[in-house]
Amino acid sequence: MSEALSTALELLVRFDPKLVEIVSLSLGVSLSAVAVATLLGLPMGAAIAVGRFPGRQTVIVMLNALMGLPPVVVGLLVYLLLSRAGPLGSLGLLFTPGAMVIAQSILILPIVAALSRQAIEDAWREYEEQLRSLGAKRTSAALTLLWDTRFSLLTAVLAGFGRAAAEVGAVMIVGGNIDGVTRVMTTSIALETSKGDLPLALGLGFILITIVLALNAAAYLTKELAQRRYG
Amino acid sequence: MDMIRRLLLSVALLAALPALAQEKFIVVASTTSTEQSGLFGYLLPVFQKKTGIQVRVVALGTGQALDLARRGDADVVFVHARSAEEKFLAEGHGVQRFDVMYNDFVLIGPKSDPAKVSGGKDILEGLRKIKAASAPFVSRGDKSGTHIAELDLWKLAGIDIATEKGPWYRDTGQGMGPALNTAAAMNAYILSDRGTWISFKNRGELVIAVEGDKRLFNQYGVMLVNPAKHPNVKKDLGQAFVDWVISPEGQKTIAEYKIGGEQLFFPNAK
Amino acid sequence: MSNGAILPLRLADVSFAAGGRTIIDGVSLEIETGPSTIILGANGAGKSVLMRLMHGLLSPTSGRIYWSAPERPGTPRKQAMVFQRPVMLRRSAYSNVAYALKIAGIPEPQRGALAHEALESVGLMHLAQRAARILSGGEQQRLALARAWALHPEVLFLDEPTASLDPSATREIEAVIRAFDSSGTKIVMATHNLGQARRLGDEILFLNQGRLVERAPVEQFFAKPQTAQAAAFIKGELPWT
Repeated sequence: MSEALSTALELLVRFDPKLVEIVSLSLGVSLSAVAVATLLGLPMGAAIAVGRFPGRQTVIVMLNALMGLPPVVVGLLVYLLLSRAGPLGSLGLLFTPGAMVIAQSILILPIVAALSRQAIEDAWREYEEQLRSLGAKRTSAALTLLWDTRFSLLTAVLAGFGRAAAEVGAVMIVGGNIDGVTRVMTTSIALETSKGDLPLALGLGFILITIVLALNAAAYLTKELAQRRYG
Repeated sequence: MDMIRRLLLSVALLAALPALAQEKFIVVASTTSTEQSGLFGYLLPVFQKKTGIQVRVVALGTGQALDLARRGDADVVFVHARSAEEKFLAEGHGVQRFDVMYNDFVLIGPKSDPAKVSGGKDILEGLRKIKAASAPFVSRGDKSGTHIAELDLWKLAGIDIATEKGPWYRDTGQGMGPALNTAAAMNAYILSDRGTWISFKNRGELVIAVEGDKRLFNQYGVMLVNPAKHPNVKKDLGQAFVDWVISPEGQKTIAEYKIGGEQLFFPNAK
Repeated sequence: MSNGAILPLRLADVSFAAGGRTIIDGVSLEIETGPSTIILGANGAGKSVLMRLMHGLLSPTSGRIYWSAPERPGTPRKQAMVFQRPVMLRRSAYSNVAYALKIAGIPEPQRGALAHEALESVGLMHLAQRAARILSGGEQQRLALARAWALHPEVLFLDEPTASLDPSATREIEAVIRAFDSSGTKIVMATHNLGQARRLGDEILFLNQGRLVERAPVEQFFAKPQTAQAAAFIKGELPWT
């Protein structure tokens, strides 16, 4: 354990170029996936929260269930899509960071959508009467609520990021863990573990946890300060 | 569908920008043993410096690597299971197979040596003793070159392992590294390629029990994936890699790779 | 009709049932311009539901509700409502009023003046930039009044606006309501508070168990109630339904 910590520290202090490359790629892929999932997921959550349509309850249940999609299954499905033998093979996306972003976006979209749906539906209960009284149509109300619940939505987005940054199954299959191209923190940890270099694997693990923790702390502080100001 | 394609393409372009900066590259499907031994880390930069071609290695088990190539997702295969490679060729997925290098397998076992095989020179005898003693044995069970070699050895030893195995035989379905981790944790015997063993750091109580038997010889082969069957294959770049790896320069570079002064792979291209 | 005035509002034999219960039972009435109308009744009499039916938030299960001019989509609403608990967006007091104007389709350049005027009229200009949700209960309710009034509606519905407020905040709200009444806005307010009804009302509509039981000018209602239920309510004896 102490060897792991000292390995981690050593890598950080040296600003090991390989480590920097791997961390940058990890953050790049996961943050891109979060961006895609947020752009698609927030409107989706708002629409389901505020809308009334047949089958709405089924959609909500399914969305909640999809939060638990196993990453390795998503990876496999995306692989089959992007493989040369598959329907989107001609895009040549397999074994590139792009494929990893696609797979992670699919993985975390249900999380962002389901959690934002819950937050907005709770707010809708509070605001519905007043907004309808003012004459707001459903679409405009949904957009208003998206902005008004922004602090709760930030939590949903962070949950998505946490899932993306932590998973290894999807990025391993669609990325191929190629050195210098698609190797990220989680796949590195898997590789070093399989090579038997446990202190290095653990050290990388500490670094990954620290980064995710730092991001969460920053987001939490922002949220606290803003909530104190806006109520 | 068109909208989806465009959305996917823009997302992919954005995320793949750094990768796109590298214009010339090929995808080589290889095995975890070659990757984890560190050979590629040593070999590929030399090739890239000479030709400007980046080699992207996707490391899987031999069976998986060949399946990947069958779907057209690789340009070159670099694996070590002769029978599987010949089948691949016969199916028309490969252009031509070349010997590249060999290393050997070693039987790893616990220092306590419950089956009393240590120091032996006969692998078949060693396997028979392990079965007789019901000593714990870890198998990779993942259609890899090493797994196929292990099954062949049991057969040669006169044991039908599929029917004669007992709870002492642990079929893990893992790569070489994870399987060694498991063997170290269980204090079990395991067949490993020498390259992975030399660079493996989590040995626990394990040591080499049997080595040097000619039947432990492990041949690696390289093939260009057939562009006639898979038009997307980068045949010129892929061929350049194949040619270089069996060229005197490539062969010399393979021989130069050492860990702790010990050579891991022995070039034998004809 | 031709000037687009939405009053008078007519209810013809309106009933509303929910969850197996009849909450409003065959109410027919007409709301005219002019005198401020108080809907008086005990808790559970159906005041809130009647208010929401008139405002359009609920649809009657039977009967008809019709204004004298139809609501034209794309133009500002001519009737607004203030609820017992104000619901404010997570933005400044000013922005909350501006938001209502935006929903009503008022172009951006005009919103500032209208919002400021509304805030002035309730005495909240000094808190315009404060976050609305951290204002006190009384201040938020005043803000709700400003927001509702910013579009100068013809009718202002108020559903027990001071029920959640302390006496001093209540006084402030009543002052604002009186001012709006004087400026020509038709006030329709639900309350169970006899004193408030007397202070603010010109006429009383007395509701009991979902039925319109008595209607009279305010002084006459309190001096000489015509029905037993009204008399009992004024004396404070009406059982909680």
